[in-house]
Amino acid sequence: MEFERHDAPFITPMVSVPSLMLQVLAALVPAAIAHVWFFGPGFIFNLIVAALFAAAGETLMLKLRNRNPVAGLQDFSALVTAALLAFALPSLTPWWVTATGALFAVIVAKHLYGGLGFNIFNPAMAGYVVILVAFPMHLNLWVAPQMGDLDYPAMTVMQTLAFTLTGALPDGLTYDAVSRATPLDVMKSGLNNARTVVEIRAVPIMGDFGGRGWEWIGNFLAIGGFWLLIKKIIRWQIPAGIGLGLLLPATIMYTIDPGSHASPGFHLFAGATILCAFFIATDPVSAATSPRGRFIYGVGIGLIIYSIRLWGSYADGVAFAVLIMNMAVPAIDYLTRPHIVGHDAYGAQDE
Amino acid sequence: MASSISDSLRNGLWRENPGLVQLLGLCPLLAVTGSFVNGLGLGIATLLVLMASNALVSSTRRWIQPEIRIPIYVLIIASLVTCIELVFKAWFPDLDRALGIFIPLIVTNCAIVARAEVFASRNPVGASILDGFVMGLGFALLLMAIGAFRELTGQGTLFARMDMLFGGEPVRGIVLADNGWLLMVLPPGAFFSLALAIAIKNVIDRRRTDARAHLPRRARALDR
Repeated sequence: MEFERHDAPFITPMVSVPSLMLQVLAALVPAAIAHVWFFGPGFIFNLIVAALFAAAGETLMLKLRNRNPVAGLQDFSALVTAALLAFALPSLTPWWVTATGALFAVIVAKHLYGGLGFNIFNPAMAGYVVILVAFPMHLNLWVAPQMGDLDYPAMTVMQTLAFTLTGALPDGLTYDAVSRATPLDVMKSGLNNARTVVEIRAVPIMGDFGGRGWEWIGNFLAIGGFWLLIKKIIRWQIPAGIGLGLLLPATIMYTIDPGSHASPGFHLFAGATILCAFFIATDPVSAATSPRGRFIYGVGIGLIIYSIRLWGSYADGVAFAVLIMNMAVPAIDYLTRPHIVGHDAYGAQDE
Repeated sequence: MASSISDSLRNGLWRENPGLVQLLGLCPLLAVTGSFVNGLGLGIATLLVLMASNALVSSTRRWIQPEIRIPIYVLIIASLVTCIELVFKAWFPDLDRALGIFIPLIVTNCAIVARAEVFASRNPVGASILDGFVMGLGFALLLMAIGAFRELTGQGTLFARMDMLFGGEPVRGIVLADNGWLLMVLPPGAFFSLALAIAIKNVIDRRRTDARAHLPRRARALDR
């Protein structure tokens, strides 16, 4: 039997929470630049609003819990939550919507459950679901990607800032003029109206796989995700599980009936699949912990995303899928505990 | 007697509040408290059923065989709920439509069976009616408080559609905003509101015990 040999030093450096969070943030930077490039400066304003309110909520809750707010803020976890929330939001979002999501994420989903390390639910997704349910109208304002040949009035930096602060569009522009249905929306409503996938994909916002612009953000998210994988900040089981859970049923359905089911490539690059696989579902606190458990957790998320996209009333189901599987994590962890020599599968000592 | 009345009042409204402390009857509590008038309507219905069922169970307690007591309680409560439902249908048809299935479902409200089992089956009629009144009042007040909170945050109004209970033209109540936070009217809002109410109660209780702990010993003895 061959044993793997390592040279000294044998003790690898401990990864601290702040450095981990900073590396996650760094991995998000390319995708953030792409987001601003394609969808305008609204992303930056959303990020600033979300970060400010997440930090404010964190400070308030740490004070109430008699903890040191400075130490709590320095782990940057609130900033990661704010960044993920900003990625989930359309670039035109009024500040109070973003603020509600950020405050709910930090105060209710994180600190009321006991703070970082104890939260059952992914804070960013809990905050996003709350504003999605509470303000559905404001979360549908995705502008079309700025790809040059898509004919629509682009908003300037000042107009976007004014919209973020007041929720009012500049004179002469209507919601219909600046906002577009997202690729998943177009696909869902098109299929519901008995159009074929080929017809739907002829719409100008559709790109090679997903939507134009969206798929490029997906590429940059994947680059950041693979970098996190190489740095061993996230493990491969969750992204692989989500890919399998989403793409296997998508491939089967597409093979059986390509006319009325979107291709697996579309499912991979549309919506928030890649963001979810590398950045949202891999949250070390709310995800399953054992290697097998992580894989099962990922497959569950993928299957639920596909089910919601196919049969649900929402166009994308990433946030709901993550929250539902968060609830299953204690059971998954219990059932996939690694076997200890001399103990049975549930940790009891053998006779 | 005076001290026992104030004692049972304190029990029903605060210390053993069916909704806040015993967490009984959560199904109607969470389902119908979308507005103040719904909470008030269901609170009154539950209060009446609870008083009457406590009276009946207490007065028949010598003849009820312990082995089959629960089915008998359910029979008594179901008959009373049917009466209340018919009263609502006759006099408050709009409110009856708004509350829908939750009036017949008072039968399954554990708070009522619990009071029959815990109190009425082993106490005289007068005390049982009083117990039913204070427990029902505690439940109704909680329903009203949560209903008012959810209506205020969810729709921006207060006391809307009180005409369903008192007759007259449909009223919009006190309008503070044109629309509210939709989430609070939806089921999650009910859970948030109840959790908030329980948290507030616990904070008040803790403050009180803390304050008492800081008093000198003699004052504490007097306080008791």
